[in-house]
Amino acid sequence: MDPAELAARASYGRLLSILAVRTHDLAGAEDALAEAFLAAVTQWPSEGVPRNPEAWLLTAARRKLVDAARRRRTQDEKHVLLQVNVGDAADGDFFGDERLRLLFVCAHPAIDAAVRTPLMLQTVLGLDAARIATALRVAPKTMGQRLWRAKTKIRDARISFDVPAEELSARSFAVLEAIYAAYGSGWEDVSGRAAASRGLTEEAIWLARLTVRLLPEEPEARGLLALMLYAEARAEARRGEDGAYIPLTEQDPSRWDPHRIAEAEAILTEAARMGRVGPLQLEAAIQSAHLDARRSGARDDRALSLLYEALVQMAPTLGVRVAHAVAVSKTEGPARGLERLDAIEPSRSDDYQPYWSARAHLLERIGRLDDARDAYDRAIGLTEEDGVRRWLLARKRALGATADVSGANRDGM
Amino acid sequence: MRYALLVYETEACVKGRDDPEYQAAYTAYIKAIYGSGVAVGGSGLQDAATTTTFRLVGGERHIQDGPFADTKEQLAGFFLIDVPNLDKALEWAARCPSTARGGIVEVRPALEQPQ
Repeated sequence: MDPAELAARASYGRLLSILAVRTHDLAGAEDALAEAFLAAVTQWPSEGVPRNPEAWLLTAARRKLVDAARRRRTQDEKHVLLQVNVGDAADGDFFGDERLRLLFVCAHPAIDAAVRTPLMLQTVLGLDAARIATALRVAPKTMGQRLWRAKTKIRDARISFDVPAEELSARSFAVLEAIYAAYGSGWEDVSGRAAASRGLTEEAIWLARLTVRLLPEEPEARGLLALMLYAEARAEARRGEDGAYIPLTEQDPSRWDPHRIAEAEAILTEAARMGRVGPLQLEAAIQSAHLDARRSGARDDRALSLLYEALVQMAPTLGVRVAHAVAVSKTEGPARGLERLDAIEPSRSDDYQPYWSARAHLLERIGRLDDARDAYDRAIGLTEEDGVRRWLLARKRALGATADVSGANRDGM
Repeated sequence: MRYALLVYETEACVKGRDDPEYQAAYTAYIKAIYGSGVAVGGSGLQDAATTTTFRLVGGERHIQDGPFADTKEQLAGFFLIDVPNLDKALEWAARCPSTARGGIVEVRPALEQPQ
């Protein structure tokens, strides 16, 4: 991202949060801010850039908000006028930052979990609905409607921008979860496509950095940032010169980004010092252990398995359960790993690619080759990424037409 | 809710159907989409050049060789799927192996079936 884009992004969320927190009207605040930006584009070139551009934009947007209330001829014109001017310091050099409240509203329990991530991306970062829709693989029209409904609900139900102290931790987690979902949308994109259809990894990291600043006492915010930095550090190493997919265990550690890893290590250490472990810190610790193992060549399967054990206790999501099963297979053998996979309800695993991929691998290891071939097919059929698809096809091909290996001693179990 | 996934392929894509890698990817996709209990029906189609088109013009029968619309991409196959919502339908569209070779998937909601 270029510096101008970063600056615009920082301003956008900051200004919108100030406008929205006062009026509780996200859509109205967005319109007013868009008009203010438009006015800036037409006026600044001829009249010169104001000394404090953000303050100028904020004042202009406030005027637009009042104008809009006037146009609607609502009786709440006075109301709006009062709201937008409360604590007005826009003519000075400093005004506050309400983005934390904005994040919390986006993750409010009354807001559908599926719309929290897009709502955050749109309000805090100013991304447009079409871009968000493409990255999250949703129809643009549907995305527009969902965002609009959420904003209407915030306004009409007067969803509070204040978070009660007892809800702080749960709501923080919902915020972090939504940011993680944005990151996930881009992580799958191994081949690194054009910016327009790429996922939202950079945006998610930006949001996580912001959250760490806004929630300095929350170790899980740091955990999330560290986790994403570890993942990002090896993003490039996941594909070879020819674009082919390379799994973690075969990656060249010299292609990992040492700066991102160092930053992740430092942030995770800070989080750990706070003495409150959470699932995101555990996931980051697992990433850290994986990277260490590859770099040192000595994998501590026992330690990894224990980390997964703790994680599955705290957050038994589908992804964590599958990863745990794989970790178990490394310490206790593939049959025990398969048992864990078998315990997952089919209705949840039916269309979950990592489940079938893990299953295929474990079946292969215990020599149930027919079943392994079937599981590989399911995994291949559920894959969106062509690089990953080709890699799985090659693994299935490598099984050849060999019949099942009888007994379960093939893999040194 | 039922949706049709209409798969369009370019000529190059259709010509590449003999590629074993492509065939294996499609076999897997079909296994996954039926195995997940999502697909209700569907089929791959032969090359558009094999099409015969029928219509009535002013009460008169017209039968012609080839598809009625001559486009760069041709309808190459379709799936009828039953999923909870459009998001899920789009997930399946994204998994379709044709898309990695320049193909296009149209996702169209089906009309409600008369009882």
